Amino acid sequence: MSRATDAAESRVSIVDWAAETAGDLDFSAARAWLAGDPSRRAAGYLPVYAPREVIRAAGLLPVGVHGGGDRLEIIRGDAFYQSYICHLPRSVIELAQSGRLSMLSAMLFPSTCDVIRNLSGVWRLLYPDLYVRYLDLPQVPEPAIAADFWEGELRTLFADLCALAGIPESDARLRREIAVENELRGVIAELYRLRRDAPEKVPTEELYTLLRAGEVVPAPAFLEKARAYLAAAEAEPSRLRDRVRVIVVGAFCEAPPLGLIKTIERSGCSIVDDDFLLGNRLVAEDVRLDGDPIRNLAEAFVRSARKTSILYEGRPEGKRELIARRVAAARADGVIFASASFCDPALLDRPMLRAGADAAGVPSIAFKFAENTGQFQQFRELAGTFADSIKLWGEK
Amino acid sequence: MEIQKEMLAEHFRRLEDAPKSGEPVVYTFVPGNLNELVRSFGALPVFPEINALQSAMRGKSAAYIASAEKAGHSEDVCSYVKCDIGMARSGNVGPTGTRLPRPDLLLLSYTGCYTFMKWFELLREEYDCPVVFLQIPYQGDGSITPGHRAYVARQIRETVIPALERLTGQSYDEGRLRESLARSARAEEDLVAVFESALQRPSPIDAYFGAVYYVGPIFSAFRGTEQGAEYYRTLREEVEERARQRLGPATPSGVLTDQKYRLVVEGPPNWTHFRDFWKLFSDEGAVVVASTYSKVGGTYEFGFRHDMEDPLGTLADYCGGCYTNIDLPGRVRMLADYVERYAADGFVIHSVKSCNSFSAGQLTILREVEKRTGVPGAFFESDLVDPRYFSPANLKNRLESYLQMIEARRRAPAR
Repeated sequence: MSRATDAAESRVSIVDWAAETAGDLDFSAARAWLAGDPSRRAAGYLPVYAPREVIRAAGLLPVGVHGGGDRLEIIRGDAFYQSYICHLPRSVIELAQSGRLSMLSAMLFPSTCDVIRNLSGVWRLLYPDLYVRYLDLPQVPEPAIAADFWEGELRTLFADLCALAGIPESDARLRREIAVENELRGVIAELYRLRRDAPEKVPTEELYTLLRAGEVVPAPAFLEKARAYLAAAEAEPSRLRDRVRVIVVGAFCEAPPLGLIKTIERSGCSIVDDDFLLGNRLVAEDVRLDGDPIRNLAEAFVRSARKTSILYEGRPEGKRELIARRVAAARADGVIFASASFCDPALLDRPMLRAGADAAGVPSIAFKFAENTGQFQQFRELAGTFADSIKLWGEK
Repeated sequence: MEIQKEMLAEHFRRLEDAPKSGEPVVYTFVPGNLNELVRSFGALPVFPEINALQSAMRGKSAAYIASAEKAGHSEDVCSYVKCDIGMARSGNVGPTGTRLPRPDLLLLSYTGCYTFMKWFELLREEYDCPVVFLQIPYQGDGSITPGHRAYVARQIRETVIPALERLTGQSYDEGRLRESLARSARAEEDLVAVFESALQRPSPIDAYFGAVYYVGPIFSAFRGTEQGAEYYRTLREEVEERARQRLGPATPSGVLTDQKYRLVVEGPPNWTHFRDFWKLFSDEGAVVVASTYSKVGGTYEFGFRHDMEDPLGTLADYCGGCYTNIDLPGRVRMLADYVERYAADGFVIHSVKSCNSFSAGQLTILREVEKRTGVPGAFFESDLVDPRYFSPANLKNRLESYLQMIEARRRAPAR
C-alpha cells in the first residue's frame, strides 16, 4: 500500500472517530476515561471559554458542553425557557435532565452572556450537590487591574477544583498542563493555517468535527488524532477549486448544525476562518512556563485574548477595524455573519462589524440559525448567490 | 408626583442647556450607577434606559425601534437599545421634549446586564466620545466576595475618578462625596419605609406600578442630592398619612382601597401600555405589595445603606447588590420571602422579550417559588418598549384566569 493511500485511510479513520465522538450525546469517551479509575472526576464547561489547563491540573477531565445540536429531541428543556431565548440552554438542560451529564462533578459557566450566566443559577437550583461556578472573565481594558482580577478568579477556581478532586494544589501540575494547552493551541493553529492556505485540504466540516471531538476527550488523545489528521491533510495533493474564500463570523457559542457548515462549503464557498469553538484558541499566545503559573495564565489572557463579542472592546476603532483585519489575515473574499437566533453578543455586535466590513469594501451576507435547524435550502441559496456575486463582480 | 415632575423637568432643562452652560454630561446606566460620585464632580447624568422607557410611555418607541432595525439592528435584541439608538438618530429629543446633549463621557457600569456593554459600544459609534468601564462581578456564589468588592473599589479609584477628573478639570473631593452618600442613606431609609408600608392592609402603595414613580428620583439623577432626600421625606409622610387613613394607592381605576388580591411581581413592566397594563390589575382589585423590579437600581430593604465612612467601598457594595446582579437562588429567596412576609395571595412573573438578564431562568424561578411557598404563580409575557409584543386580550385573559384560580383556592376546604 502506498504512503498516500495509508494517509488517506488514516484520515478517513480519524474523521470517523471524530464524528462518532463529537456526535455521541452520551459522552462515552469521557465516561470511559472516568471508568479507568474510580477516583477520577470530570468538569463540564459551557461556551465560550474556560481555562482547561486549570481543570486538568486539578485532576479533572474538562468536558465541553456545547448543546445537543440537531440530534437531540427536546422534551424537558423547552419547559425551562421562553420562545425568545436561544436554543442552547434548552438542549443543555435536556442533556442534564436526561442523565447524559450525570458523570460530571462540576459545571463551569463562563460570562458569555446573560443566558449562560443565569443558566449557572438554574444549575444551582436543580443540582445543589454539584460544584457550580460562574466564571466572570476580565473585561476592563486596564491590563494590570484586569490581570489581578482574573488571577484571583483562577486561584479560587483551582483551589475549589483541587478540593473537589481531593488533591493538593500544585504549581508543577499547573505548569505541566499549561504546556499541554500550549501544544493543543499549537496544533489547532496549524490546522487553521493549513485550511487558510489550502482550504481544499481541510474541509471545515472535518475540522469542526475534529475540534468538537477534542472538547470531550483527554488532551493526549486529541493531540494524537489532530497531529495525524494534520499530517494526512498536508500530504493530500492540492486541487484547484473555483470557490470564494469566506470567514464565518458570529457562531462562537451555540453551534451551527454540521449540515449548515456543509451547505456553506457546498455552495461555492471555502471557509478560511471562523468563530466555531472559539474557546479552544481564545488565548492567542503560548503561556509562559516559568514563574507563577496562575499569574502567567491571567496575564496571557489579558494580553492576547482574541477580539470577540463576549469581551469588551476598549479601542473605539476596534469594532470597525476587526473584520477588515480578519479578512486581510485570512485572504478572504467576503464574510458570512452567521449568528444563533436571539444571541445577544453576536447580534448586538453585528451592526458595528458589518458597518466596518462595508467601509472596507468587504462583501457580506447575514443570517441566523439554531443548533437544531434542519432545513438548509435557504442557506444554500444565500451562500451560493453570495459566492456567485463575488465571482462575477468582486475585485480580484 | 408634582414634586417629581418639577425635579425631572428642571434636570432636563439643565441638560438641554449643558452645551451652553458647560456642565459636563455623563451617560450611564441605572443599575450600579455612581450618581453621588458623578454629581460630586458637577457633572449631569443621563440614563439611556430611562429615556427609552419614557419614550415608550409617550408612544414614540415604535418609530425609534423601526429606525434602528432599518439600520441593521436585529429584531431579536433588547428594545431599549434600539429605542435609544433610534432616538439618537432622530435628533435626540428626550422624553420631556427637550433636546438631550451629546455625552462627554460614557460611564459604562456593567452591572447585572451584558447588553449594557454592547449598548455603550454602539453609542460610542454614534457619539465618538470616551468610555470608562466599570466591571461589577456577578454574585455567582450568592454574595459579594471581599475580592470582588476590592476590585470594584479599585476600578473606581484608579479609572473612574481619574476619568471624571479629566472630564471636569476638578479634583476628587471625598468630603463632598461623603456628604452626598449621607443624603443617599437618608433617602434610602425613607424609601424602605415606603416599601414596607405594603405590609399593612389595605396597602397604601402599589409596590410595582406605583413604585415606578417612587423609585424614579433615587434610580436616576437625584440619589445623593438634597432634592432627592427631601423628595423621599415628603413621600414617606404622604404614604404614612394614607396608611393612617386606611387608604389604598391611586391607580388607573381610582383609589384602590378594596384590595381583593395581594400580589408580588417579578420582572420589569411593559412601558408602551403601562397604564393599560396597570389597569388590568387595578380593575380586578389586585394590588402589588412587593416587586423585584423596584430593586434594580438598588436593594435597600435587607439593610444596605450607602455609608459615608467608606465612600468607595460602599459604592462597590451598592453596585454589586443591585437586583439583576443577584444570582437565581438569591432571586428565588427574595421572591419567596416577599410572598411570605407580605402575605401575598400570589405572584406574577412578567417576562419581557428584551431582557435576558431578567428573563432567562424565570420559568425555573416560578417553579422554585411555588415549591417553597405553596403559592401558585402566573407567567405573563410581553416586552419593555416594543409595542408589537404587548397583547392586552391575552394578558387580561391570563390575569383573570389566574385570579379565578386564587379565588377557587380560597373557597376550597382546607386540607
